[in-house]
Amino acid sequence: MTKSEVKLLGAWPSPFVMRARIALNIKSVSYEFLEETFQPKSPLLLDSNPVYKKVPVLINQDKPICESLIIVQYVDDVWSSGPSILPSEPYDRAIARFWATYLDDKWYPTLRSVRGAKGEDDRKKLITEVGEGLTLLEDALNKTSRGKDFFGGDQIGYLDIAFGCFLGWLRVTESLTGVKLLDQVKTPCLVKWAERFCAHGAVKDVMPQTEKLVEFAKMLMAKMAASTPN
Amino acid sequence: MGSEDVKLFNFHASPFGQRVIWALKLKGVDYECIEEDIFNKSNLLLELNPVHKKVPVLVHRNKPIAESLVILEYIDETWKQYPLMPQNPYQRAHARFWANFAEQKLLVAARIARLSSGEEQGKAVNEAREAMEKIEEEIKGKKFFGGDKIGYLDIVIGWISYWIPVWEEVASMKILDPLKFPAINAWITNFLSHPTINDTLPQRDKMVVYYHSRRKEVSPS
Repeated sequence: MTKSEVKLLGAWPSPFVMRARIALNIKSVSYEFLEETFQPKSPLLLDSNPVYKKVPVLINQDKPICESLIIVQYVDDVWSSGPSILPSEPYDRAIARFWATYLDDKWYPTLRSVRGAKGEDDRKKLITEVGEGLTLLEDALNKTSRGKDFFGGDQIGYLDIAFGCFLGWLRVTESLTGVKLLDQVKTPCLVKWAERFCAHGAVKDVMPQTEKLVEFAKMLMAKMAASTPN
Repeated sequence: MGSEDVKLFNFHASPFGQRVIWALKLKGVDYECIEEDIFNKSNLLLELNPVHKKVPVLVHRNKPIAESLVILEYIDETWKQYPLMPQNPYQRAHARFWANFAEQKLLVAARIARLSSGEEQGKAVNEAREAMEKIEEEIKGKKFFGGDKIGYLDIVIGWISYWIPVWEEVASMKILDPLKFPAINAWITNFLSHPTINDTLPQRDKMVVYYHSRRKEVSPS
């Protein structure tokens, strides 16, 4: 498959785009990465994802695939000769999908809202919820890894990708609030896992630097403040 | 009681549980249905689904699985007869995309519409209709979302055939105008006339009572 047949439309700060990149890297797929311009959204984005107009969009032989977890599963299906991303057993797959859904539906929205929290009480409440979620995920890691390095076992898998992509933004939130969320005492296994994940060959080149994300977050917050009437 | 036994913890009016019932029935899988009182959840349910404390929960080989869309894929991967997901990876991605869309855009808005009134309800009804328009485009020219046979996406979206009319009645609103959505209405007719789909539907009058009580909780008027 030639390079230009596989394209990924994305943006460097997006954890969802990162998921797609990690999946493609695991399978050693050559692809062209197109950094989306936003303001305005490119014709390619509007064309290939008319429903949501969001990144990532994977374009394989001119066919667009949208939604990061759907892209990851698609990559696993198409490049089936490479290392598996989803576990092989139906029950293990169900557990991985369960936690990925939890991350997208509950945990990450809570993490995001910490930055926009109105007042200290609200922020504390949200931070507590993020922490409770991390405790659940620590437990999930212990159960699914069966003593190995990753949620997926010896190799990074679906849940590692689904969760690990948020590590950058988790660190941004820690930096902006001064609160340690992933900590040695409460979530020791996750701390070790995070180090291993970020150092992994399929991940390290696509994980944005925390300092750059912090700068980006501050710029976003400034924009929001400027556009919100007092 | 063998470990191959399949148990489904459900609530009669749950559109999420209904998906699981349809999938198991289409595949001819025997299961025991345990009705939960969602106003008084059993300790067993809270143990089986501690994260969300909700139905449905499928228990197979003594292991619990929660979240209806996750359960559907588990069922399809475990029992190979009557495949629900498309075989082709691109079509699989396509089915998952629309399942997710219906969940995020249609279901959420329809739920708000059945619980609210006035301006808030009007806004939710509009959002639900906008989502319906996109789904109308998807089903045009097809008997089922799955093609000739009922598949994953039909089961995921199937709730609209039976739950939306109940919600419309309970909340005095209209989302599924047959004139605006002829293709969806044709699909509903096909879907509901399938004996497996039809035979397992919950009793409508009980559903109406339940949804009325939920509505009264939030807007007593």
